[in-house]
Amino acid sequence: MAFVQLIGRTFLNFLAAAGRLAIFALRALSHCVRPPFYFRNLGHQLVEIGYYSLPVVGLTAIFTGMVLALQSYTGFARFSGESTIPQVVVVSITRELGPVLAGLMVAGRVSSANAAEVGTMRVTEQIDALITLATDPFKYLIAPRIVAGIIALPMLVLVADTIGIFGGYLVGVYKLGFTAGTYLNNTLNFMQVMDVVSGLVKAAMFGFIITLMGCYHGYHSSGGAQGVGTATTNAVVSASILILASNYLITELFFAR
Amino acid sequence: MSTTPKIRCADVHKAFGTNRVLRGLDLDVMPGESVVVIGGSGTGKSVLLKCILDIIHPDSGSIEIDGEQATALRGHERDAMLRRFGMLFQNAALFDSLPVWKNVAFALIEAENKPREEARALAEEKLAAVGLRQNVADLYPAELSGGMKKRVGLARAIATAPEIIFFDEPTTGLDPIMGDVINELILGCVSESAVTTLSITHDIASARKIGHRIAMLHEGEIIWAGSVAEMDATDNPYVQQFIHGSADGPIQMPVRRL
Repeated sequence: MAFVQLIGRTFLNFLAAAGRLAIFALRALSHCVRPPFYFRNLGHQLVEIGYYSLPVVGLTAIFTGMVLALQSYTGFARFSGESTIPQVVVVSITRELGPVLAGLMVAGRVSSANAAEVGTMRVTEQIDALITLATDPFKYLIAPRIVAGIIALPMLVLVADTIGIFGGYLVGVYKLGFTAGTYLNNTLNFMQVMDVVSGLVKAAMFGFIITLMGCYHGYHSSGGAQGVGTATTNAVVSASILILASNYLITELFFAR
Repeated sequence: MSTTPKIRCADVHKAFGTNRVLRGLDLDVMPGESVVVIGGSGTGKSVLLKCILDIIHPDSGSIEIDGEQATALRGHERDAMLRRFGMLFQNAALFDSLPVWKNVAFALIEAENKPREEARALAEEKLAAVGLRQNVADLYPAELSGGMKKRVGLARAIATAPEIIFFDEPTTGLDPIMGDVINELILGCVSESAVTTLSITHDIASARKIGHRIAMLHEGEIIWAGSVAEMDATDNPYVQQFIHGSADGPIQMPVRRL
């Protein structure tokens, strides 16, 4: 009986948490489209999320492209399919690996930073101070982060796509014996607009998830430094899981027959 | 003098789970009056201030500002209500990411849309009013001592010339001299602009200095209220125990004997 109660209680707690998150997300989105807009904060967040994530996203993308070309070669050589490497790299990078890996890397960097910053503001009463100064914390703190996430992630993914394809090109041309012209020709001929667009839609969704989870866990943190630490961990874990889950749903939406 | 209280709390209840913090609290603060709420740690003093500002929603009861319901306001009405308040937080609650002058000028820039140059000049004026030099304006909160943070918090609280100012433990964590400096600054700010103030503290020396009227909060209710002279003369055992800081009396702390 106690076991059934435990399952029931866990399920109800999950529903309550999902409800709280949904209300928080709707409230945050509503503040994204209603004035006043804090453009200075938005610009600051675009730099924090977009510009400062470039090195980690770029490095992830180039090594992923290089490994992808190398692995595809060793695998496809078993049935004489080596010539399809440029096509495999471009489709894999633009549809999946670019957005997902960039999303996961930015989740680690940005979700944690948002949760720590907003959480510290919560436990040190800075959010209460914002309210007493007639400034809505959703408009001032949360909306700029979410809008910046939705704008910055697609840009980062465009960069990741380019660098990832370049990584595959480097391995293809300098290690596997492709000529530069053939590799680029195959890449460009095979790449479709929908491949890139689907990746960018995913990226925008991931940007929303990353910033939302960081802000949500930070905003509801309590109990001092330990509470902020817990919020930071929860933000990264939940953002990563939601990225992978939503990736499947968006893929289903775009490509399922 | 108007007979409508500036702040009226009537039968205010607030619980967190099974912990009933406010249990039918009644308190009136008249215009221009300085009321100090005293009480032990964890009796709900900060919750009272946050309920009045609607940072925490009371479970039931009525909170009025100038006779108008203050809770459950939304949008512009709530912003307009909040602009009438200033608040000095216990740990100052300065924004880490902003320099001192932007902390002080925050409401001037963000809520009142004043030009930055004008807001900075006003911020420096307020910093001077609390005894801080101009070179402090460009420092960040992490570079300030506890006393300086309180002064900056006070400058921020008075920056928009509010009608009502809340002081949450204004002298806690400060040495006695700095505590008295803060009390003097509070008195100076209050007497110059004739604002209504509500302070919460367990520092009796501070309460005597800044309060026209003292109210004692115990177990979620105001159990006694009166002037400083009446506080010294009362035979209320709770008040007597509290002002003398005695462990013996009706207020029992849940301490397990070793």
